[in-house]
Amino acid sequence: MLQVGSRIFFSQAHIPGSIYAGPGSQPAGLQLLESSVASSPKDRLIVIYCGCCPWNRCPNVGPAYHRLRDLGFIHAKVLYLANNFGDDWVAKGYPVEEPR
Amino acid sequence: MKIPRRSSLPFRFALYACLLAPATLYPAPHSLLHHPAPTFTRNDLSGKPVDLHAYRGQVVLLNFWATWCGPCRLELPRFAAWQTQYGPQGLQVIAVSMDDDSAPVRALVRQLNLDFPVVMGDQPLGTLYGGVLGLPQTFLIGRDGTIRARLKGEADLDSLKNRVRRLLAEPRP
Repeated sequence: MLQVGSRIFFSQAHIPGSIYAGPGSQPAGLQLLESSVASSPKDRLIVIYCGCCPWNRCPNVGPAYHRLRDLGFIHAKVLYLANNFGDDWVAKGYPVEEPR
Repeated sequence: MKIPRRSSLPFRFALYACLLAPATLYPAPHSLLHHPAPTFTRNDLSGKPVDLHAYRGQVVLLNFWATWCGPCRLELPRFAAWQTQYGPQGLQVIAVSMDDDSAPVRALVRQLNLDFPVVMGDQPLGTLYGGVLGLPQTFLIGRDGTIRARLKGEADLDSLKNRVRRLLAEPRP
């Protein structure tokens, strides 16, 4: 599971076990995403999420998802967060990893 | 950009497995309301210290934003106009960028000609404000230093402006 948003968001709270993979809206973020999955088999299930903004305004998940598909990851999925990570995940009591 | 929203069985399994992991308590989103605004000091983009406590007695519009956040970019010019219009009455806008890097922030601040303090945010500051885990977010802080409103997501700017005016009409403590 990969977080493809801002590092500040990730460091505040993220889904346990997820890995920071860089903001999908930026070239450097997509490069980090590519290196994060470089050793993974193409049929591996990969779930990405962001939640920086409402779903239809998020600049990160779309480019990240399409980059994964372009790379051949046929089981790339996006976690649907309607409004943001705070409201749709943390506030609902789902698990988060503590700030470090 | 359209993304397929079908969820396969392995995906559901992975998500459910994650949901069963031990939960961590996190500050309730509204626990800050009507409490003193957490104080902080951060340098603005020119290196000048910005101390929230120094604005006690003023109405502070504390806005968390980022350059890549579309709604944020719509709000900032309005906040700049309010700073000009209501600054003499005691409004102070302070913007906290949640960008990871200051370079795009500096560029946008120059482009929009923002004349209020802009500081770079970080994890401790976000956590201090209950977890800033979605943008934009705006806190209205009254003259007495308490948080009077927390607006998450793109604000109704006309409504927000009325709230600012009501707070400005309150007497100084």
